[in-house]
Amino acid sequence: MAVIDLANPTRFLAVVNRVLPWLMAATILAFAFGLARVMYAPDDYQQGATVKIMFLHVPAAWLGMMGWGVMTVAALGTLVWRHPLADVAGKAAAPIGAAFTFICLVTGSLWGRPMWGTYWVWDARLTSVLVLFLLYLGVLALYWTAEDPGRGSRAAAILALVGAVNIPIIKFSVEWWNTLHQPASIIRSGGSAIDPSILMPLLIMAGAFTLLFFTLHLAAMRNEILRRRVRSMRLMQASRA
Amino acid sequence: MILGPHVDFIVAAYAVTVFVVVALMAWVILDYLAQRRILGDLEERGVTRHSGRAGKVER
Repeated sequence: MAVIDLANPTRFLAVVNRVLPWLMAATILAFAFGLARVMYAPDDYQQGATVKIMFLHVPAAWLGMMGWGVMTVAALGTLVWRHPLADVAGKAAAPIGAAFTFICLVTGSLWGRPMWGTYWVWDARLTSVLVLFLLYLGVLALYWTAEDPGRGSRAAAILALVGAVNIPIIKFSVEWWNTLHQPASIIRSGGSAIDPSILMPLLIMAGAFTLLFFTLHLAAMRNEILRRRVRSMRLMQASRA
Repeated sequence: MILGPHVDFIVAAYAVTVFVVVALMAWVILDYLAQRRILGDLEERGVTRHSGRAGKVER
């Protein structure tokens, strides 16, 4: 089967039905391995045991941004090529990306209270992630409240493209402005600043969360394709009545 | 595994994450079951899509 064949929703569904069980199994295995490593990871010399929150916070932050990346690519597919599967991918990614961004904000706050002495500061990193979450809510509102699904999808795609500007702002906010949030410590020139005993469990957890994201995304895409079939069948039924 | 003086914050972070992830999984699974049930009902009533007339709807 060529990759282009996946653009057909029926063939895409057949592939998803075959791939999903394997993806679920890989996700469960990755989480079992990652959580075992998290349990035995040493405390950080400054953060103490609260470093364990980072094993959730960092992957959630990455996936919140990756979700918007998926929506941006899907938005191009919707607006430029008008492919229905691109719109399905964008709509399915929005609630998942929003959920991970929410996890990022909450776990960050719960880490900030004991480490910074506050749940929240209006610094550039925290504020730009909050803006990302609000943009997700805006996209979801457009998808869920539009009376005409086509118009809602186009409006959501435009917002996804405009909101993509926020992703580099989040990434580089800690370099462009003076923030309480620490600068990049994993992906940076000169290598990671984190000890391997903490970095390895963090990367494994990031892999597990990424597998979870794609598992949920494929399953949500399948649901959306079925929902559109239901809609078209109901329209057929109504036109016959 | 000793979680130190900030155990409440660590446990709360994991609890919130588990809650949100389980809610996401429940949403996906329940939505799938609901869409399949509605499609099944429509098929039983003889409703078909234009492209689905040649064969049964792929689920």
